[in-house]
Amino acid sequence: MDYSKHKIFETNSVLLLVGILIMVSIGGLVEILPLYWLKSTVEKVQGMRPYTPLELAGRNIYVREGCYLCHSQMIRSLRDEVERYGHYSLAAESMYDHPFQWGSKRTGPDLARVGGKYSDEWHVLHLKDPRAVVPESIMPGYPWLAKRPLDAGSLSDHLATLKTIGDPYTEEMVKAASADIAAQVDPDSDGVDALQKRYPKVVVRQFDGDPTFVSEMDALVAYLQMLGTLVDFATFDASGPNLR
Amino acid sequence: MAKPEIDEITGAETTGHEWDGLKELNKPLPRWWLWSLWACVVWAIGYWIAMPAWPLVSGYTEGLLGYSQRVSVTSALAEAKEAQSEFLEKIAALEVSSIKSDPELLRFSLAGGAAAFGDNCAPCHGRGAQGAPGYPNLNDDNWLWGGKLEDIHQTLVVGIRSNHDDTRDNPMPAFGRDEILTPAQIADAAQFVLSLSGNKVDTAAAERGKEIFAEQCVACHGEEGKGNPELGAPNLTDRIWLYGGSKEAISLTIRNSRAGVMPSWEGRLSPETIKQLAVYVHSLGGGQ
Amino acid sequence: MNPRPAASSAFSDVMALAGSLVAIAVGMMFAIAGKDAVIVFHGWLFTAAAAIVALIALNRMRGKGPDVDPTAYVDGPVRVATVATVFWGVVGFLVGDIIAWQLAFPILNFDLPWTSFARLRPVHTSAVIFAFGGNALLATSFYIVQRTCRARLAGSWAPWFVIWGYQLFLVLAASGYVLGVTQSKEYAEPEWYVDLWLTLVWVVYFLVFIGTLARRKEPHIYVANWFLLAFIVTVAILHLVNNAALPVSFLGTKSYIIYTGVQDAMTQWWYGHNAVGFFLTAGFLGMMYYFVPKRAERPVYSDRLSIVHFWSLIFLYIWAGPHHLHYTALPDWAQTLGATFSVMLWMPSWGGMINGLMTLSGAWDKLRTDPVIRMLVVSVAFYGMSTFEGPLMSVKAVNSLSHYTDWTIGHVHSGALGWVGFVSFGAVYCLVPWLWGRKGLYSMKLVEWHFWISTLGILLYITAMWVSGILQGLMWRAYDSLGFLEYSFVESVEAMHPFYIIRALGGLLFVIGALLMAWNLWRTVYGEEPADMRDQPRIAAAPELREPAAAVRPLAAE
Repeated sequence: MDYSKHKIFETNSVLLLVGILIMVSIGGLVEILPLYWLKSTVEKVQGMRPYTPLELAGRNIYVREGCYLCHSQMIRSLRDEVERYGHYSLAAESMYDHPFQWGSKRTGPDLARVGGKYSDEWHVLHLKDPRAVVPESIMPGYPWLAKRPLDAGSLSDHLATLKTIGDPYTEEMVKAASADIAAQVDPDSDGVDALQKRYPKVVVRQFDGDPTFVSEMDALVAYLQMLGTLVDFATFDASGPNLR
Repeated sequence: MAKPEIDEITGAETTGHEWDGLKELNKPLPRWWLWSLWACVVWAIGYWIAMPAWPLVSGYTEGLLGYSQRVSVTSALAEAKEAQSEFLEKIAALEVSSIKSDPELLRFSLAGGAAAFGDNCAPCHGRGAQGAPGYPNLNDDNWLWGGKLEDIHQTLVVGIRSNHDDTRDNPMPAFGRDEILTPAQIADAAQFVLSLSGNKVDTAAAERGKEIFAEQCVACHGEEGKGNPELGAPNLTDRIWLYGGSKEAISLTIRNSRAGVMPSWEGRLSPETIKQLAVYVHSLGGGQ
Repeated sequence: MNPRPAASSAFSDVMALAGSLVAIAVGMMFAIAGKDAVIVFHGWLFTAAAAIVALIALNRMRGKGPDVDPTAYVDGPVRVATVATVFWGVVGFLVGDIIAWQLAFPILNFDLPWTSFARLRPVHTSAVIFAFGGNALLATSFYIVQRTCRARLAGSWAPWFVIWGYQLFLVLAASGYVLGVTQSKEYAEPEWYVDLWLTLVWVVYFLVFIGTLARRKEPHIYVANWFLLAFIVTVAILHLVNNAALPVSFLGTKSYIIYTGVQDAMTQWWYGHNAVGFFLTAGFLGMMYYFVPKRAERPVYSDRLSIVHFWSLIFLYIWAGPHHLHYTALPDWAQTLGATFSVMLWMPSWGGMINGLMTLSGAWDKLRTDPVIRMLVVSVAFYGMSTFEGPLMSVKAVNSLSHYTDWTIGHVHSGALGWVGFVSFGAVYCLVPWLWGRKGLYSMKLVEWHFWISTLGILLYITAMWVSGILQGLMWRAYDSLGFLEYSFVESVEAMHPFYIIRALGGLLFVIGALLMAWNLWRTVYGEEPADMRDQPRIAAAPELREPAAAVRPLAAE
């Protein structure tokens, strides 16, 4: 090899720059772009829907408090993970996640299917004081969540933003965001039917046990209680067009 | 032009360039380095031939081995199940109460139940099943919804105040919040409830409470306050308190009621695992 | 060097004033109309910073600024970035150690929003990677590019804007994390408006760097600058693509990333891995290629190896991201590419190690006498170790065990503490006497102490994390003889406790080492005569105070 030819890059900063740009572009293009055109990337499944406004607000609290730094939401296709946490996670299950919350570290257990696993009371107690229920836990306590009222008014802006970048929210959903939040924490309210129609499988409960106001705790628990509950695995087939 | 020089120490030639006193030797690539690089490249090419690797227009190169991690884990799970099939089939066929008559099956169920308990039940009931405020101790003889194997199994399947259609649920009225009783009456009733387990109480108040109890509480908790597992009504005479046994805690229970929730495990855990769990929980000490 | 015409300088002062007035307006808009408390706070912060710049510009226009020697290298920004490196280093290591103790003793979270682990963890990672590492790269790249091009930095305000604009970015980012503003993409947590600000700073950084290359007096571009240029442009691409987001309101902090789920995961780890590849590897290799041969006073081992390993490294690195997503819902084909390219990356990475270590050939005795060169060389050794461990962990079979565990944390820290930390310490120990015109460091003995305390700390840290990570991984997949999972998750949490204490102790040693460094450098800058002048190599002194030396002779007179 004639290394003196390398002189062309060593003596011309623009050529060096162009060479670098070409070399560092290829890998990303080949790995990222096909994920948008290959149909098997996001599996065809039954049951996925965008988040309810309350779940979305809860998800934003999950993001704000950095829960993803200790909890994964990605059950890998490995025997022990499936036996411990349930069905391996599908790409479809995070298709409305901006951004994804798969996580990279399990200081605490995986939460991909934590929805419905424990009671609301347990979650509230555990979030306020983890060691009150799990003495071995090293999780921080989040007692302030139950005291902070949720900023419910801004959620229609959030839904509108997500609609702009592609989530299947309708105008009606955007407009009803505040009402849907009120309905999801009050099983006796009139808005529940409309909420359930807009968001199938939605869980409607007094999540934090305090009916006087909608707290951040309500939102976070509503989010946790729906994790991994949407996809109908009875109709899921990993082979055929979903093989990847 | 660059003037190559000889580095005195190594005897190697430099490239002749110099930057702020820095020079470079014009040494060849280390052999072992280059061979190792090529070895890695060859390994990678082999990997690409064998495995799914390169994206195409409407698919990807699937590889000679036809590997898919999802197919692979599905067969690993099936294999694991197959290895346990001797036991699992028997468990599936038997009533939960008959499992313990086969010692091998019992040993298997206890192991499987303990494993499932650790990740699914311990967060509420504790690793030793010792319970916590609001979450019953499973080691004692005290059972809200019955301690027979069938009862425990049924509770696991349907849960308590869960989203299961047949869930166990028998709400206690919120006597204070719903203004069925006055605060004074609630205080009296609490005194009487305390007296049932031999506590020192204000006897006059307890006397008044006794009448309230007879009117409002006996339907579920029984005339003697010994409870009724059919209705999920706890025994009030045994000094075991799920939500605390102080005067204040009992008053609070009467005022607002309690509605502890246990999820239904049907669907999340297999029917065989739920049976194993029932056997395990039953074996913890208090099984009836 | 040609003196800059006065008109051009006056023009740039006017531009600086205009720019800062625009910045004041933008800051005030956020401060007054902002929709949440954090953006209001950041608006005021931004306004204050811009106002300071405006005042300085006005002062200069009135002819009251300090005289600039147009023939000398521009070292003011380098000095600031060097001080910032040490400051942020201490902050970043300290926060890291605090959160390490939190994992051992959760009561230290204090149940407050601002002190909980997950809000402080991004402060730690950003402070060490972007604040400590970033300032080290800014300082050294500005220093190196001027010397190896024999040219002044391009721009008069621009280098200053890069350095101080970057500090403002760091303050906005870190204060945001503590107050709960994050977009939850690891190592890309800052929200949209902070990202935009960083973009502006980074573009100017790129322009200063390439502008300086363009006006070089050396015919060839030195290898350190190839790596630094690759670092600067690739980080720009990564940053722009990964952070594409739509704000809910242009007057609020919250935004949503435009990608979702699996595509977002791939984009994030394409970014995340190449933040390691181009920020923490290519950038620091650039640093290494200057300071190791400079301090050892030896030629770089092999120019040909430089060429081959540079191009292969930057081409292959960018593919390695999917190894962060093995066995996940990322399609199998992408995982294969991630694993195979990571393994192919092994030798290109080691090319840098070979060039670094073999540069010492003929000068190995300096390891004994000069703790600064020892630090630099040990950093290269740690680099070699982590770039072997990385490909190993990218193999799917290994990754199935190591992923989600502390093994990854240990791996990252052998690279971060051992490689990035030590090469930066070495560079800063070189730079401070050179930049402040001193005859040497205040104390070589303190450098010795720093070296040994930190090395012990790193070893405690990474061995604790190896053991805990592998133990964790094995416990999660352990089966009993009947085929049931042997341990519940919480049992694995309990088993980590002793290792978390050992790790935190290791981290504490590293913090103590950094404090010794800060003290030593402070005394050096303060002008204290070196306490142990006889122990200092001639290269420790500033260039103008150095004895001459010759290691190479001309091949033949031409």
